[in-house]
Amino acid sequence: MFVVTALCAGLLFGFGLIVSGMANPAKVLGFLDLAGQWDPSLAFVMIGAIAVGAIGFALAKRRKKSLLGLPMQLPAAGAVTLRLVLGSAAFGVGWGLAGFCPGPALVALGAGYLKAWGFVGAMLVGMAIFELLERTKAGWRRA
Amino acid sequence: MSIDLVNFTPLLSLAGGLAIGVAATVLILFNGRIAGISGILGGLLTLPRSDSAWRTAFLAGLVGAPVLAVLAGHPARPDIEAGWGEILVAGLLVGIGTRYASGCTSGHGVCGISRGAIRSLVATATFMAAGFLTVFVQRHLIGA
Repeated sequence: MFVVTALCAGLLFGFGLIVSGMANPAKVLGFLDLAGQWDPSLAFVMIGAIAVGAIGFALAKRRKKSLLGLPMQLPAAGAVTLRLVLGSAAFGVGWGLAGFCPGPALVALGAGYLKAWGFVGAMLVGMAIFELLERTKAGWRRA
Repeated sequence: MSIDLVNFTPLLSLAGGLAIGVAATVLILFNGRIAGISGILGGLLTLPRSDSAWRTAFLAGLVGAPVLAVLAGHPARPDIEAGWGEILVAGLLVGIGTRYASGCTSGHGVCGISRGAIRSLVATATFMAAGFLTVFVQRHLIGA
């Protein structure tokens, strides 16, 4: 059952990205181009998503288990670290270069766009590099 | 700054945003999980692999969404301006960056801000600022 709800959530998430125009990098770049012809659409997507999300997460915080009896895995309040800021900055540069963030890139991949496949491939390499660096670091700590 | 009234889609974008919010709500209330795409994808690369079923299902939904959109009469038409070099560099930066930041536009921008996490607000402000700056440099300094 939890696989079905995850699949539905993914479908609806992707559908929302498409309807909102966010699966289109040109539109995302239109938002990021403050000095040009600015397209505020992305802000409206965030407002809509956060308005609903705020209710959803408020309900979730009151529960110990999910509706399917799974553990509620809400992240603990963490500190603002250099890692968070530098990682976000690197992500932002990549986002600004191509107009893709992970969700829309996967949707565009599903729509069969070759450059989206290239982007997702490079993104997976980036994630693998992170895993490798983290494991190396953990290895040093153990040694 | 001037508003691009030709491409601005307030109602559709708001409606799409609401759908994204519902999707994030479904995943947290039913699965107890955060709808953060970079974390869900990155978690498939971490060992030991224990919870790959829901991750794969969610990602399959995301990748399959264009089919649903075609059926709904609203096909996805991504307009990708970036060249191959930019695409590959951007993908690499997004992959490494989102993992170090523990989240992207969905995990921090939507879910994190929805739960009132300061960390996510800082992450979102940072990647947006970096995005604004990158586009400014590329379109108005280099491309000018």
